[in-house]
Amino acid sequence: MNELFKRSFQLFKLMIRRDRIRASIWIFALTFFTLIIPSSFQSLYPDQQDRDAMAVTMENPAMVAMVGKGDLDNYTIGAMSAHQMVLITALFVGIMSILLFVRHTRSDEEEGRVELIRALPVGRLATIHAATMYVILVNVVLAVLLAIGFILQPIESLGIEGSLLYGATLGGAGICFVAIAALFTQLSDSSRGATGWSIGLLLFFYVLRAIGDIGNETLSLFSPLGWTMQTMIFTENHWWPIFLMLAFSFVVLLLAYRLNAKRDLEAGLFPSKPGKAHASKSLLSPFGLAFRLQRTAFISWAVGMLLLGVSYGSVLGDLDSFFQGNEMVEKILVQEEGYSIAEQFISIIMTIMAMIATIPAVISINKLNSEEKKSRLELLYAKSVSRKTMLVSYLSVAVINAIVTVVLAGTGLWAAGSTVMDDPVSFGSIVGASAAYIPAMFVMIGLSALLIGLKPNVLSLTWVYLVYSFIVVYMGNLFQLDEWFSNVTPFGHVSQLPVDDFEAIPFLVLIGLAVILVVAGLKFYSKRDIQG
Amino acid sequence: MENVVDIKRLTKRFGDFTALNQVDFSVKKGEVFGFIGPNGAGKSTTIRILLGILKATEGQATIFGKDVWSDSMEIHKRIAYVPGDVNLWPNLTGGEVIDLFAKLRGERQTKQREDLLQRYKLDPTKKCRTYSKGNRQKVALVSALLSEADLYIFDEPTSGLDPLMEQTFQEDVRNLREEGKSVLLSSHILSEVEKLCDRVGIIRDGTIIEQGSLEELRHLTRHHVLLETTSNLDGLDDVEGVHDVSRDGNTYRFQVNAEQMDQVIKFASQYSIQKFESAPPTLEDLFMRHYEGTDEVVE
Repeated sequence: MNELFKRSFQLFKLMIRRDRIRASIWIFALTFFTLIIPSSFQSLYPDQQDRDAMAVTMENPAMVAMVGKGDLDNYTIGAMSAHQMVLITALFVGIMSILLFVRHTRSDEEEGRVELIRALPVGRLATIHAATMYVILVNVVLAVLLAIGFILQPIESLGIEGSLLYGATLGGAGICFVAIAALFTQLSDSSRGATGWSIGLLLFFYVLRAIGDIGNETLSLFSPLGWTMQTMIFTENHWWPIFLMLAFSFVVLLLAYRLNAKRDLEAGLFPSKPGKAHASKSLLSPFGLAFRLQRTAFISWAVGMLLLGVSYGSVLGDLDSFFQGNEMVEKILVQEEGYSIAEQFISIIMTIMAMIATIPAVISINKLNSEEKKSRLELLYAKSVSRKTMLVSYLSVAVINAIVTVVLAGTGLWAAGSTVMDDPVSFGSIVGASAAYIPAMFVMIGLSALLIGLKPNVLSLTWVYLVYSFIVVYMGNLFQLDEWFSNVTPFGHVSQLPVDDFEAIPFLVLIGLAVILVVAGLKFYSKRDIQG
Repeated sequence: MENVVDIKRLTKRFGDFTALNQVDFSVKKGEVFGFIGPNGAGKSTTIRILLGILKATEGQATIFGKDVWSDSMEIHKRIAYVPGDVNLWPNLTGGEVIDLFAKLRGERQTKQREDLLQRYKLDPTKKCRTYSKGNRQKVALVSALLSEADLYIFDEPTSGLDPLMEQTFQEDVRNLREEGKSVLLSSHILSEVEKLCDRVGIIRDGTIIEQGSLEELRHLTRHHVLLETTSNLDGLDDVEGVHDVSRDGNTYRFQVNAEQMDQVIKFASQYSIQKFESAPPTLEDLFMRHYEGTDEVVE
């Protein structure tokens, strides 16, 4: 039996060595974003009254579906942080575990590195065992850091037991997904498949819990993500879900190890289905190819933006009661006469959603550059395909992407908002508000197009510019920034419907600017060397 | 004969680094031209300039008499290209990629497709992610061979193929020549170039150092000779053009400059010869001559 695990420890050390930066970033980011929450809640909702108002908003079924059930009668800073953060953080911890695990098992197997290892006197289960131990270690370190971080915070409602339980809950959830990733790594024969199935199951567990939390509560008990909410951290502090998580992980890991010991290297237990022998017509053009390569991402973002719109929309009904008297929010929402808080909220949310919707559009146009870096353009340019056709194809995908995602986000906001508001805002005015951002999004796409043509090694400037835009437009009022800060970003010139009136001139100027950027990009791109 | 590819004083600089320096060569219509040189000598850079992917710093390169940079779209309708390192989209199948390339070249689907897939034993229903290097290369090869091109550019096309597939490829190149197509074959495998190519260009450090038919090139170097006699060959060392004599009993091995072979035969005929073997230099000898010590080079 020991033969099977021989030299696991060396592999374990190798994995830590390979991932010391990657794992540190994950742990640091998750710890940081968790630990800043209680103190920011403290300043946002200083009185119990504010927190109880928040608790009322949290009773909304849409919110329950999103963040899960909490102890709303006992809504201290601690209970509030745990309620609103545990589930969403558990999702990220799960994704982290899956990515780290698959990276060291199936990916290495695919790249032929496991073959090299297995040719050495190393046990058959050494790779899976080392990877399991390694990712469990990452989760344990995360759990310990979280617990210490909570204990050290000078906030009354963050008790020691709750702090330990908070860490244990996220660590436990992470370990559950190590086990799930270990299982799918045996079943699927590619790293993409293993990651896809594991994340798919993660999302399934999230949705299962959402359905359970709204209706049939027993359903939530079948989801490891549901277990994370059963712990009632910082109020009742239940420990049994932690043991359930560990038992579940143990059983699933045992199964994964058994399968791993039996299967062939580079084989999976799911049959891999053959693809198409012939291309469908829709693939047969540069545009078709550009679209096909991004199809999955495109659809995922579209669905994601729709859901984001729905989740923002679902809180519109309670806004007036909730935001009245909240100083922080009042600073962001400068009072405009004649408009309800909900309408002002919509105009702010629209800015945020438009900027988020810009992300997939920029990724989409930047894809042309990543294709070049992967030397896949060489073969295409050896055909009768011009640089111009290629760039225009990717631009078209990006433009369609921008329009679809931002309009879907608006539609989601309207759909959810109209069911919860007493006095709903019309579909036209919400979708119009989202469409007003399209020219600003085009400017960002245009900037990428220009950089791809002119200087692709500084293409990340588009991201810097987008982050800058986000900070000055979103936080501008809060920081009392000068107006010129927001004047140098396209998002600062968009009419904030429905509160502002629509202004045609900035709209047209932004479109004109985008066209100039694109034309310049095309000109430079047609002239420069292609790397590969 | 008409030149399909014509390169004159082609220079390419990347910043301070000169990748190609005054490269001159041409590929004639209907010939297979072998382009050889070690890694980093500038073969792929030259080919990428021919494809209009890189822009030449100086000099002129034409294909079918058209400028490779400004008329690339016209040119590309009539050429087919196979790179040495084929990068494909992991989530498309081989069949989809072949169809896509045919479409982008502006061609209709041909019935040869199935034959070629069979010939190269390629499963078109597999995703490119699952293909080995050799199989990815086959996708590019099948796609190139399906095309009705006039010029085929192969950049180390067989580096991932097994010997059987290599042979299939060599047959296909011969067929292309018989059909009157032109081929530019860049390769490391000198025996392959030797078998296939009518003319050869050798590039080193971005400069063409030798160009011509194999016959012409051989003329510049030494033959290996083995001579067995009944008596001692006195004075063999002093014969003009004879080098590196080694003796084992009455068996002599030495090298002879090609143009001085006549004198050697005259000298040897004074003795009673039991065996005379003469091997022309292989391409490898030619090649090595340029990369090893200069003392062996015949000026």
